[in-house]
Amino acid sequence: MDARFRTVALLVIFFTGAFILRLFSLQIWQPEWKEKATTLTSDRHSIPPSRGLLLDRQGALLVGSRAAHDLVVLPRELPEMDSAMVAKTAAWSGLTTAEFEEALSKAKRYSRYKKSNIRRGIDVVEHARMAASVHQFPGFSFRTRPVRDHIHGIAGHLIGEYAEASRDDLNSDPFYRMGDRIGRSGLERVYELELRGVKGRESVVVDARNRVRNTAAGEGDDKPAESGQDLTLTLDRDLQAFAERLMQQKKGSIVAIEPNSGEVLAMVSAPGFDPDLLVGSQRGKTYSSLMADPDKPLFNRAIKATYRPGSIWKMVQGLVALDEGEIRPTTRFVCDRNIIGCHGPHTQDNLSNAVIHSCNPYFYKVMQRVVNSADGKDRFERAATGLDAWRNRVMAFGFGTNLGGRLPGTSRGNIPGSAYYDGVYGKGSWDFGTIYSISIGEGELLTTPLQMANLAATLANRGWYRTPHFIKSVGDMGKPSGLGLRMDTEVDPVHFEPVIKAMRQVVEDPTGTGRRARIDGIAVCGKTGTVQDEPRKDHSVFIAFAPKDNPKIAISVYVENAGFGGQWAAPIAALLIEQYLTGSVANVNRLQRILEADLTDPYPEPEPATAAAVSDNDALPESP
Amino acid sequence: MTRNSDILRNIDGLTIVLFLALAGLGWFNLVSAATGPDGPVEWGLGTLHGKQGLWLLVSLLVGFLILQIEGTFFIRTAWLNYGAQLLLCSLVLVIGKKVGGARSWFGIGGFGIQPSEFAKMGAALALAWYCSKEGGLKAFGQRLRAAVIVGIPAGLILLQPDAGTVLVFLGFVFAMYREGLSGAVLIVGFAAVVMAVLTILSGASDLSYPLVGEANGIYRFWLLFLVIGAGVILLLRNATLPRYRARITTRAIASALAALVFSIAMHLALEEVLRPHQRERIQVLFGLEVDNPDADYNIRHAKTAIGSGGWTGMGWRNGHMTGYGFVPEQETDFIFCTWSEEWGLVGSTFFLILFAGFILRILFLAERQRSAFTRVYAYGVGGILFMHMLINVGMVLGLAPVIGIPLPFMSYGGSSFMAFALMIAILLRLDAERFSVLR
Repeated sequence: MDARFRTVALLVIFFTGAFILRLFSLQIWQPEWKEKATTLTSDRHSIPPSRGLLLDRQGALLVGSRAAHDLVVLPRELPEMDSAMVAKTAAWSGLTTAEFEEALSKAKRYSRYKKSNIRRGIDVVEHARMAASVHQFPGFSFRTRPVRDHIHGIAGHLIGEYAEASRDDLNSDPFYRMGDRIGRSGLERVYELELRGVKGRESVVVDARNRVRNTAAGEGDDKPAESGQDLTLTLDRDLQAFAERLMQQKKGSIVAIEPNSGEVLAMVSAPGFDPDLLVGSQRGKTYSSLMADPDKPLFNRAIKATYRPGSIWKMVQGLVALDEGEIRPTTRFVCDRNIIGCHGPHTQDNLSNAVIHSCNPYFYKVMQRVVNSADGKDRFERAATGLDAWRNRVMAFGFGTNLGGRLPGTSRGNIPGSAYYDGVYGKGSWDFGTIYSISIGEGELLTTPLQMANLAATLANRGWYRTPHFIKSVGDMGKPSGLGLRMDTEVDPVHFEPVIKAMRQVVEDPTGTGRRARIDGIAVCGKTGTVQDEPRKDHSVFIAFAPKDNPKIAISVYVENAGFGGQWAAPIAALLIEQYLTGSVANVNRLQRILEADLTDPYPEPEPATAAAVSDNDALPESP
Repeated sequence: MTRNSDILRNIDGLTIVLFLALAGLGWFNLVSAATGPDGPVEWGLGTLHGKQGLWLLVSLLVGFLILQIEGTFFIRTAWLNYGAQLLLCSLVLVIGKKVGGARSWFGIGGFGIQPSEFAKMGAALALAWYCSKEGGLKAFGQRLRAAVIVGIPAGLILLQPDAGTVLVFLGFVFAMYREGLSGAVLIVGFAAVVMAVLTILSGASDLSYPLVGEANGIYRFWLLFLVIGAGVILLLRNATLPRYRARITTRAIASALAALVFSIAMHLALEEVLRPHQRERIQVLFGLEVDNPDADYNIRHAKTAIGSGGWTGMGWRNGHMTGYGFVPEQETDFIFCTWSEEWGLVGSTFFLILFAGFILRILFLAERQRSAFTRVYAYGVGGILFMHMLINVGMVLGLAPVIGIPLPFMSYGGSSFMAFALMIAILLRLDAERFSVLR
């Protein structure tokens, strides 16, 4: 062989070998090329999981999901559109021509190869109309996504809102992508992680223009979505719906608790809203009108509003004093009406009668004893020490706490202690004479309707309560730990008997302030409260539990600017108790009266202020 | 004169097998490249693979006919052939169809013909005729004339302009080398490549010089080259015997200066003559920073497609990068990406070995000739095939700059395939007559 042949042949072999080595390097040695190809040619779609359902305590569906449709456009597939065509398409899409053109140009700016929304949240009926002619509009199609369906339109405040994730949500949790929804408030927010489920994954092969070409791509990597867990609420659907009906044309709130478990059976804040109106296309409009409403329908009064409790506070005072040994059930005080006014014909009540008559001087003196029994070098110091001891006892009833705070925004209310008054008046500048308003549930005391219902449950249990909560079960895992913790007031159960006896009398006695809560055959125990709100009408307050022995329901009703406690709150509570315990309401007249009452005007009738309802009146004269 | 049928019995079967294997494999791959992964394969003359199939059949038929023609015919008509090719290459500059900025096509109905593909054959025959007549390329005049024979068609093609095909004509260097061109040509070529790479790399950087300030890094390279070169020459001078000393020193200095001039010329050409996109292509090849982020789009995607193949590839009509439009020109210049993505390292290696085997077989055929004409012609054909592989495969592998030339047997293109079929057929006929003639 010629030497020059060998040279040329070796050159051929050398370069062929070099190319093979290069191939080895690109195809095997450097996996980044393969990874890059996968990145370029595949598009990961996530498959949205279906969100967990919300059920009531019996398993009845409260919140499900239904399909909502978005009209989307793929600009690449759009034909040339003259103005007539634009107008026709706009009319079909249900938008004005201007809105349509804006949405379309936004879509084109975003991407020629990706779908953009033109109109969101199209309902079933309209979708049916549009889908029939969608073929006439190339480039347009529908994207279907599940939205929340509030079957009965109840418990909107508690359930909360499921709405589009904000930029903050997108930044803080990689689970969410643009356009995803997230629980914004209420239980939807608290149990977001449980409800949302796990996204599925699907890889598709796309071409250089990002069009999907092959859906059966990364099979090994694909996984189906896992549905979110269903939430079983403690709510009783019928009771909740009934309570909301009763609170129509009223402001205020209702909380009903099962005493031995702490499970919240119903929770109403009025005025409310139809949660279904916050789903779909009308959301924006609904939301802004709700925001603008001076009665704050979006505000959950049951856990967030703080009110002075009024006369229902007297039971707490009595119980603390009994347990402290400052009074006995037989202790009597003269209803002197010197420092603090009273009402009704009584002169020197014992504890039970003082509760029944809602005697103000009695509980003034009760608290005076409790506060001033403390040690101290002067009355100021004694008041400060005594008040703090009293405050600790009261807080054991859940007042001044958020009761476990199972819902975001749960208010603590205010149980003033020495620090509080030191801040207001200065240290050593106040004594019991300064702060006595709180002895009868007025002054600086602030409590929430939830705390008041919890008081009713505590009374029902004779000294303990379980933290109120809203969830019976998450998925099939049962009740999450930490819910319904048993809390003890450390008041001896024997002290409850005179108080409960009195509460029974309040309802049962034909002249009792709570007689409008009387139910045939059910031993209701209750206490009215009437809280001043000058110059508006008084708040009407009632707490109750029933039956007296082995109670099944404890309830607080707070109707703002409605009148005396016995006038409105008591019958509302009675209707709910009757409905819950018997499944129906026998007292049709009572139901009729409540349903027809419109208590939305907070101001009293100009005149005459007759004495017609005086026997109901347990209101206070103005505090000095 | 032996009877025609006896001569045909001497036709080299292995070459035919290799040729048919490459052609079949190329067409099979083109079907995939032309149809993409989705849907059933459509057939018909409207499709790329249909057209190419027709070209294949026609080419095989023409090749078969050529096998019937006596070898002397090609020798006698070598100049005629060469002249005709030059005429066509000139004509195309005038009446050719302008495609992509170059005038290199005759449009005939739905088909196009690229005279530059056939010009390679004309040049190979003419070079073979000249070399066999001269009995080698020993003298400077012979070498110059041989270079002119190759240079004229290359020059005409450069006018189209089609730089890739011009580079292919460098393949005749192997034939000329075989016929006596100094081996220094290869060494000079290698040195030139090294010089060019160093020039490009240093020319693309800026340095801060003492006293002068910011300036192009090429100056430091030239300075270093002079200093080191002077040192090497001094060492050489001391290491050589006194009687060779003067000659070697002179030659070394001349070489160094030539290299420097080459580097300067190259640098000026890069900076002043090349258009920005051409400069970018070269800079991209060397991994240099380029302002235009899309400058390396083609090559990046080609490499990605190849990398996507892995060991055994994604399978026929299943390449995602090549099938879904990520790789440009993938039926023609970047066709190797399709093969590589779909058949992986195993398939790619197989193809390269087949291709190299074909070239080596042709060179082997060349060496067994008694006829100098046939030998030079065979070297011409082998050299051209080798250049095609070097440039095309080197390009898609990111080892050579992006220069558009087809990969023989694989790329879509009737002229290219037919030209190679003709060249191979002529070679086979000449080879078959190796016992009967002494030319």
